[in-house]
Amino acid sequence: MALILNEEQQLLKESADGFFAEKAPVSQLRTLRDDKVEDCFSRDLWKEMAEMGFAGILVGEDHGGADFGLVGAGLVAEAMGRNLSASPFHASSVMAAALIEAAGNDQQKSSLLPAIAAGELIATLAIDETGTHDPEGSAMKAVASDTGYKLSGMKTFVQEGGAAGHYIVLARTSGERGDRDGLSLFWVDRRAKGLIVDRSVMTDSRNWAKLTFEGVHVDAGALLGDEGKAMDALDPALDKARVVLAAELLGIAQECLDRTVKYLQERKQFGVLIGSFQGLQHRAAQLFSEIEVTRSAILKALQMGDAGGDFRWFASLAKAKACKTAELATNEAIQMHGGIGMTDEFDIGFFIKRARTIQTLYGDYNYHADRFAHCSGY
Amino acid sequence: MSDLEAFRSETRDWLETNCPPLMRTPSTGEADICWGGKTFVFQSDDQKLWLERMGARGWTVPTWPKEYGGGGLSKEEAKILASEMRRIKARSPLVSFGIWMLGPALLKFGTHEQKLEHLPKIARGEIRWCQGYSEPNAGSDLAALATKAEDKGDHYIINGQKVWTSYADKADWIFCLVRTDFEASKHTGISFILFDMDQKGVTTKPILLISGNSPFCETFFDDAIALKSNLVGEENKGWTIAKYLLTHERTGISDMGLPTPLNALAVDKLGTKNGEIADKMLRHQIAEHEIDAAAFMFTLERAKDEAKAGGDMGAFSSMLKGYGTELNKDRHELILKVNGSDAFEWEGQFSNNGEIARNWLRTKANSIEGGTTEVQLNIIAKRILNLPA
Ligand SMILES: Cc1cc2nc3c(=O)[nH]c(=O)nc-3n(C[C@H](O)[C@H](O)[C@H](O)COP(=O)(O)OP(=O)(O)OC[C@H]3O[C@@H](n4cnc5c(N)ncnc54)[C@H](O)[C@@H]3O)c2cc1C
Repeated sequence: MALILNEEQQLLKESADGFFAEKAPVSQLRTLRDDKVEDCFSRDLWKEMAEMGFAGILVGEDHGGADFGLVGAGLVAEAMGRNLSASPFHASSVMAAALIEAAGNDQQKSSLLPAIAAGELIATLAIDETGTHDPEGSAMKAVASDTGYKLSGMKTFVQEGGAAGHYIVLARTSGERGDRDGLSLFWVDRRAKGLIVDRSVMTDSRNWAKLTFEGVHVDAGALLGDEGKAMDALDPALDKARVVLAAELLGIAQECLDRTVKYLQERKQFGVLIGSFQGLQHRAAQLFSEIEVTRSAILKALQMGDAGGDFRWFASLAKAKACKTAELATNEAIQMHGGIGMTDEFDIGFFIKRARTIQTLYGDYNYHADRFAHCSGY
Repeated sequence: MSDLEAFRSETRDWLETNCPPLMRTPSTGEADICWGGKTFVFQSDDQKLWLERMGARGWTVPTWPKEYGGGGLSKEEAKILASEMRRIKARSPLVSFGIWMLGPALLKFGTHEQKLEHLPKIARGEIRWCQGYSEPNAGSDLAALATKAEDKGDHYIINGQKVWTSYADKADWIFCLVRTDFEASKHTGISFILFDMDQKGVTTKPILLISGNSPFCETFFDDAIALKSNLVGEENKGWTIAKYLLTHERTGISDMGLPTPLNALAVDKLGTKNGEIADKMLRHQIAEHEIDAAAFMFTLERAKDEAKAGGDMGAFSSMLKGYGTELNKDRHELILKVNGSDAFEWEGQFSNNGEIARNWLRTKANSIEGGTTEVQLNIIAKRILNLPA
């Protein structure tokens, strides 16, 4: 397969770029923040995204989705990164949809996926328990009973957790913290008795939550996939979500570069445009190079995700590289803007805040560099 | 079976039959490369045979047209040939500046006669070329070159000096930038010309590098003669050709380091603990490097696929050159660390005469030759990012 977009993907890219620039620019995120909108995204926008087919981007046509594949999801995420468009796209349409596809039985798929594709159902994964991403380190307990399971424990850093109607919860049915075996996935209704949802106000002004499970009862049908074997489905689904996050980071990095270059072409000091200073030119050129290199790794990983099979190596490569480049881009963007880059009134700050938050989501640079090394055999 | 699948299986069979055993072992560095040319001494019969067989099929230059000695393959077919060669670990039958730099420029700017004259000899490895660009006072500022060519009717008389001319002492011909108009502005008085190095007016003087090898020279022209039929493009319009050739040179330099093994070497040298390289700090540094290297490898793949789809490489080659060469330098620094003090033996059996140290030192030139990293960043800033002068 050629490492470029095909015609259909090119069209999708153009339509996504246009859509988010028009309907959900950075100013929308600012308004959502300043108005303290509870959801931290616009339900109207989400409806339109569903109509565009974005909400069902990964869902097959038989389940009412657009079936654009991971490359398609990456293009949408990149456009959202450029505009910092807020929506449950990543949590529900990518993470949850991929996981249901990987773990769910036929009945679960046909009841849940169409609702996700239509944007009517917002689901999200509840996985981390500490500040460090470590799926196998999950300790939350799910104790089997005659009628199902009882869940007890804590989950943190749940994206769109405050707005989601349902959670896919990773909990331990057997084994010890650190064991790969013994983890299971459960479909939990937000209204379940004993589930406490605390919205976290986070740096990126988006919707996050901490969940507390005080003996939440779910019936046996809530089990998603095989008991004790969650990691087999979770690994590939998480990898899809990670690569799409990488694409969002790429969008952020590219936008930071573009805005910075524009500023270098406008701002004068010492009687000349600051873009004529070679010290800045070289930094901008280096950032350009890093972004292009990152773009290749991400496109490759997106394609490998669509091709099926084990793509852990590609996914960790893409997420690691995207984290590093987004960090560079957001730092350089502020520095090259000078004082104005530090002001809340100016948009650049929103980019660094979102970037760092999702760099951390589902494994940061170090997590993925380590995993990349393992996958490479060292 | 599709045409491409048929091509793959034919190619596989042909390579199996025709690639000599020794040519399926990894080369150990520059000394192993087949450069071709009138005075080239083959290191083995296998090397000679391999060049002859591949040259006869035009597979030293798979995508060049058949009439000019090439293989006439489509880009898809060439990709298959390359992957089949990789499969059996076949060495490149011929590496040369003719293939890598002059060929593409002649294909684009040469006349039919010039192509017929020069390209087949490049394809068969009969003539070895060198590049006469840099001068003592024209390095990064290449357009400041002052080597003079005087019009004498059917030929030019050339006087001046080139420097850093790689393998000038081993080359048969030179592609050379000369000034044909001293009144015109810097970029508009330059011509691109080809001439024979084997003549009274040309002398070369080798220069020793820090690696202890001497791959390049000072090159002097005292009334050297170049036939006008070997002027490529129009007189005074050589700069466009020079730049086009540089984009090929740069793309070529960018991926030199990728095949050098690093993590396998580290596993071998340092051992593992719980499946991880035992030296934790080095493991981290290697992973960091390999992430960049892998992402860069996919960037080369993407650039090739974009070019195939009709995109223009242009200044993007500067990005590839700058990034790839810095990466290669970093790679060799890591190879030193993995080898520890063993890396520094300079002479002797144990180190194959200082191979690690010499190769490491050689990489320092990667970010200088073909235009320095700083120059590539200038090009990106100006031509891609449109930053002001
Ligand atoms: C191993 C090797 C092989 C070579 N082979 C050939 C060959 O076959 N044929 C040939 O013609 N040439 C060859 N060269 C020459 C090579 O192209 C030049 O060395 C190169 O272009 C740099 O020129 P210079 O050495 O004069 O350095 P200078 O141009 O003097 O540069 C010195 C330093 O100043 C920096 N600098 C210069 N201008 C700028 C600027 N505008 N902005 C920022 N920094 C700047 C450079 O980046 C560098 O760091 C070879 C060089 C090497 C090392």
